[in-house]
Amino acid sequence: MSLVPTPSQTVGPFYGYALPFPGGAEVAPVGHPDLITVHGYVYDGAGQPVPDALLETWQPAPDGSRGGAPGSMRRDPVTGRIVGRDGVTFTGFGRIATDADGHYAVRTLPPGGVPYLCVLVFARGLLHHLYTRAYLRAEEDALLSAVPAERRGTLLAVEERPGTYRFDIRLQGPGETVFLDFG
Amino acid sequence: MTHVAAPLPDGLSQEQMDAEVAKVQAGTDGAVHPPRGFPPYRSSTLRHPRQPLIPVRDPEAVELSGPAFGLTDVTALDRDLTRQHAGEPLGERITVTGRVTDRQGRPIRRQLVELWQANASGRYAHQLDQHPAPLDPNFTGFGRCLTDDEGRYSFTTIKPGAYPWRNHVNAWRPAHLHFSLFGTAFTQRLVTQMYFPGDPLFAHDPVLQSVTDPAARARLVAAYDHGLSVPEWSLGYRWDIVLDGPSATLFEEDR
Ligand SMILES: [Fe+2]
Repeated sequence: MSLVPTPSQTVGPFYGYALPFPGGAEVAPVGHPDLITVHGYVYDGAGQPVPDALLETWQPAPDGSRGGAPGSMRRDPVTGRIVGRDGVTFTGFGRIATDADGHYAVRTLPPGGVPYLCVLVFARGLLHHLYTRAYLRAEEDALLSAVPAERRGTLLAVEERPGTYRFDIRLQGPGETVFLDFG
Repeated sequence: MTHVAAPLPDGLSQEQMDAEVAKVQAGTDGAVHPPRGFPPYRSSTLRHPRQPLIPVRDPEAVELSGPAFGLTDVTALDRDLTRQHAGEPLGERITVTGRVTDRQGRPIRRQLVELWQANASGRYAHQLDQHPAPLDPNFTGFGRCLTDDEGRYSFTTIKPGAYPWRNHVNAWRPAHLHFSLFGTAFTQRLVTQMYFPGDPLFAHDPVLQSVTDPAARARLVAAYDHGLSVPEWSLGYRWDIVLDGPSATLFEEDR
């Protein structure tokens, strides 16, 4: 059986009271010694920051397991409100809305077995989300070898200081980020 | 109170916009998803890549797995958007239900479905929404649920109102529910909008019309299902969702 997929539509401007959740950017367990920070800006085709983008990150645990874990959006049983993670479990999933200046930051653990975080971009104006990868090491793999050399750098996060990586996303124009098609 | 909006940058009328949409649609090929650059949707102009996407056909790709959600992420009350405040929200109470499957028709089990929407007057509980329609103290407009073992989801809510936006002069969005879905793989992620049958605004909405194939557009419109309506309580709509994109299980079966 082959079914025709449901079309995508934009996330629009008003997801902010619904999709972001407390602790969405705190993927690493609290106080973990291997914590890394990946941060940067999202820019549009005029080089302006995008203040209403929503990013999601997905990655293997440091041991390489790819099953993730529930508990990113734990609930308070009294109020029903989202209280976020338990500070112990690594769920592999992050969700971060950009700030008014287009900046995001996610604190996580190094992905096991691969050099990259998977990154998904939603925004008003984007009718269909975009996938990219933030490579923490320039380790040759199937994707990096397939990307023209002059665009490869857009996938590489820059280690600003130990454990802090800068990864900007340019939706359009000079230095446009490489986005991916999984078919 | 009379409402006087600031003039729009290019001041295009609805008729001119409809003509622009028809022209763009005439040059397209029946794709399932909207093109990322769709000029009639003005916000897309600077926010879509111009370089082609790079294909990834790597069965080891991390994106072929995806996040997991469970009991701790959702409570049984989250699916009822009419029960989040002390009183009943204003509007027409509805239930929306359907199945989530992959392209092979296999149910997406125990995965997260999120829904957000405007209230019955067409206003979002978001401070940047300045449409001069009333906020409803008994309605926030956000719910979530997990699919069951057959891939079914279900929400109780109210029918949202249409609302104006500043894409062109007199631009109005047809009533819609925003949906966010997870599959078994990150590649199956979907954010979309569900519409209500027979809305006269369909023809005038560049967001819906960005899906250029009429058959694909029709898949964004729920069906009214009288069998789902509850006597003296609510009206029922059915909307099934098919997630695009490969998953790890798909690759295994392909090999
Ligand atoms: Fe909307």
